[in-house]
Amino acid sequence: MLPFPGRLMFNPLAGHLPMTDIPGLPSRRSFLKGSAAGVALSALATSASAEKAEAPVSLEDYKREFLNDAEWAFVMAATARLIPSEGDGPGAIEARVPVFIDRQLAGDYGSAEDWYMEGPHDASASPQLGWQTPLTPAEVYRQAIPAFDAWCSKTHGDVFAGLEASQQDEALTALQNGDVELQPEVRDFFSILLANTKEGYFADPMYGGNHGMQSWVYIGFPGARAAFREWPERHNIRYPLGPVSISGERA
Amino acid sequence: MARQEKKKDVVIVGLGWTGAIAGIELAQDGLEIVALERGPDQSTVPNFKYPNQIDELKYGVRLKMMQKLSQQTVTVRRNEDETARPYRKLGSFLPGNGVGGAGTHWNGLNWRPMPEELKLKSYVIENWGEDIIAEDMTIGDYPVSYDELEPYFTQFEKVAGISGYAGNLNGEIREGGNPFEGWRSEDFPMPPLPRTWDSQKFHDACIASGYHPFPAPAGIASTAYVNPYGMQMGPCNFCGFCERYGCYQYSKSSPQTTILDALKRKPNFSYRTHCEVLRVEMAEDGKTATGVTYFDEEAQEEVFQPADLVILSSYQLNNVHLMLVSGIGEPYDPATGKGVTGKNYAYQMNGGISMFFEDDNFNPFVGHGANGTCIDDFAINQIDFGEEGFIGGAYWRSGTFNGQPIRNMPLPKGTPAWGAGWKEGIGRWYGHAMSIGSHGSNLAYANNYLDLDPNYTDRHGRPLMRMTFDWHDNDLRMNQFMKSKMEPLAKSMNPDIMQVGFKGPGAHYDVRPYQTTHNTGGHIMSETPQEGVVNRYCQAWDKHNVFVMGAGNFVQNTQYNPTGLLGGLAYWTVQAIRTQYLPNPRPLV
Ligand SMILES: Cc1cc2nc3c(=O)[nH]c(=O)nc-3n(C[C@H](O)[C@H](O)[C@H](O)COP(=O)(O)OP(=O)(O)OC[C@H]3O[C@@H](n4cnc5c(N)ncnc54)[C@H](O)[C@@H]3O)c2cc1C
Ligand code: SF4
Repeated sequence: MLPFPGRLMFNPLAGHLPMTDIPGLPSRRSFLKGSAAGVALSALATSASAEKAEAPVSLEDYKREFLNDAEWAFVMAATARLIPSEGDGPGAIEARVPVFIDRQLAGDYGSAEDWYMEGPHDASASPQLGWQTPLTPAEVYRQAIPAFDAWCSKTHGDVFAGLEASQQDEALTALQNGDVELQPEVRDFFSILLANTKEGYFADPMYGGNHGMQSWVYIGFPGARAAFREWPERHNIRYPLGPVSISGERA
Repeated sequence: MARQEKKKDVVIVGLGWTGAIAGIELAQDGLEIVALERGPDQSTVPNFKYPNQIDELKYGVRLKMMQKLSQQTVTVRRNEDETARPYRKLGSFLPGNGVGGAGTHWNGLNWRPMPEELKLKSYVIENWGEDIIAEDMTIGDYPVSYDELEPYFTQFEKVAGISGYAGNLNGEIREGGNPFEGWRSEDFPMPPLPRTWDSQKFHDACIASGYHPFPAPAGIASTAYVNPYGMQMGPCNFCGFCERYGCYQYSKSSPQTTILDALKRKPNFSYRTHCEVLRVEMAEDGKTATGVTYFDEEAQEEVFQPADLVILSSYQLNNVHLMLVSGIGEPYDPATGKGVTGKNYAYQMNGGISMFFEDDNFNPFVGHGANGTCIDDFAINQIDFGEEGFIGGAYWRSGTFNGQPIRNMPLPKGTPAWGAGWKEGIGRWYGHAMSIGSHGSNLAYANNYLDLDPNYTDRHGRPLMRMTFDWHDNDLRMNQFMKSKMEPLAKSMNPDIMQVGFKGPGAHYDVRPYQTTHNTGGHIMSETPQEGVVNRYCQAWDKHNVFVMGAGNFVQNTQYNPTGLLGGLAYWTVQAIRTQYLPNPRPLV
């Protein structure tokens, strides 16, 4: 019998960590290694990793749950500038952030299900008092995108998605700095767009973004491993293992 | 008309840390007890199991374990000229929801107050005279002393399974512990946890500067442990998904790991979930409560639960709200200073420094909620208030926790918030930053208080509670003092880059960024019924069969996280109920 009944739901991946192959460190007793539980659980972990995610549908063919054509074009273009593809690490497009945003807006985040949304509303209250618009996040996207596209057309001659990258960056900077005249009801648009973009970049892949966990690989975050018993005192040594996801993918 | 349930001896409102303590202790006397919890049931298995719990978006960002503001919230204004607006979206504080309460997803930093903090007013007057207390500062003494509470702090720490190293064991100062803490009758139940790299660097810098580092007192098991109720914990594996998450492996101290299974085995205890208590009902004589009315979510109806003894343990904010809507204590009026319910609402004043070391690897995902090394060299009992021009103090800590990338991506100032520069920055700096935090006191003021909002109601038509709260110069000066002391220490560590984040003069309360869930006061303890809502046993002055648990009892906040104090007070209160009240129900003071 295991001393703790809960031990059986211990992290199955922990038994797989190659705890011994850290250069310069003596080998230590690995977590479940050699124990009956370790053997039983390793079978589990193998089968999980065998289910490698299949190549997803292309972003063009993705069936949207919330965003309409114009909104999708905007979100594709804007997230591509917020986290561009150039340079090291995936961009928002490779990470499939637009899919994440679409699904979040279709779900209980988009509808502000957990938030207190009763009136009266004072959308112009001090920003320090937090979310005060009567609109849900999904409604903010819905109202702000056409307003911002109209501003882009007036200022730069086309909707956001039609502009050159450098003009897009200028427009986003204006939006960020509050230089685009928007109704107070949508004044938080830029900040939620940016926050949602980063969420989609770093959240578990099951939410539609962080495709292939490449964002985690890029920065060195091991995802759902969540078992580091031997690590606190391995001072100043970079953790060597790649990430795992909640559904058992590895990268 | 409300449906009526069978009468119980005791009804407990809210089954979090303090409700669980009340339940298990009172159940020993054979009383018939029911606990009413507004949220869902939650157990380690299946609710916190691996890997589902390891989900930053769901729990860390969308906050699925927390109070649903659509169900219950407060309004906030910074002063009486501002119109209070609802706290619509969680930010500054994150009250818990469901069985275990905030005790399931706290960090586990388990502090005792300093003896001086429990008699703050007389400590200040004795040393510097009354003149240094600003006119609008409503600080006081707790009507109970550290020495009286010491056995109960010890009892809570044994139950909760706290890891650490005593710095003051029965008056003997021990190297490696906190030399400035109040005395402990016993060492910690478990030895300290290992030190991560950031914590080690901070430790070494503190020694070099002549400070006194010690391991953070952690509600995180460092070894296998069995508590007095026979509950078992196993050592933490530094999974890093600690604060805002339930522990998947029985290592974090929580009602689930330390009390609830033992409590559920008691035949005279039962609990009902999805039952939100709406008010405490009063007897005609106005001197006692007859029970509580709650909303049964499943049946979609109001239910009256009669009981001889009512325990309010629904977290500070909800306790005060229930008292205001039920008429327990006179509502506080800041214009006259009269009234008590809602008085002395206080919070926490924090700051910190981030440091970037390009060549160091901190593995920020390896950690736990109470990880790290602390110092108390700038604690309340170490500062000359007369000389420095403020009353207060702080403890400092450094240790990795929550190194998850959506929320925890410190970048050097000047790094763009988006675009190629941001992407380059995260690749370069993730894992190469550490921080030191200052966790400081927030005192009580005449115009920081809680009352009922005139404009907004909840789904049952009850007025929301209104929070009037802003930062005061005294505490901002304390924070600036900490900054002036922390900067040289941080510099001595030779970071490539450092940046300093301490609120200063003119700062106003902002509900958006998370600060702490250390809301205190509002139903404070007092020597007399004119000064507070409850007496020294946390018994309502005006309703002797109502006892109240939690940080609402705090006369003013301390410099520490609240749970060590409120856990000790909960044991102190149940002991008074068992030994003094049950044999002869009456006002105990
Ligand atoms: C993210 C986070 C981190 C924290 N970290 C620390 C820390 O490191 N150290 C520390 O000391 N403290 C910490 N705290 C605070 C700590 O969690 C609380 O001090 C402690 O849980 C308070 O215990 P309580 O019994 O008063 O309330 P809780 O444990 O929150 O229990 C209250 C219960 O009452 C229920 N309830 C509320 N209203 C009603 C109603 N009307 N009817 C029925 N039920 C109701 C709630 O759903 C909840 O289950 C943290 C809190 C949070 C949220
Ligand atoms: S860090 Fe430790 S105590 Fe915290 S949740 Fe993970 S295993 Fe549990």
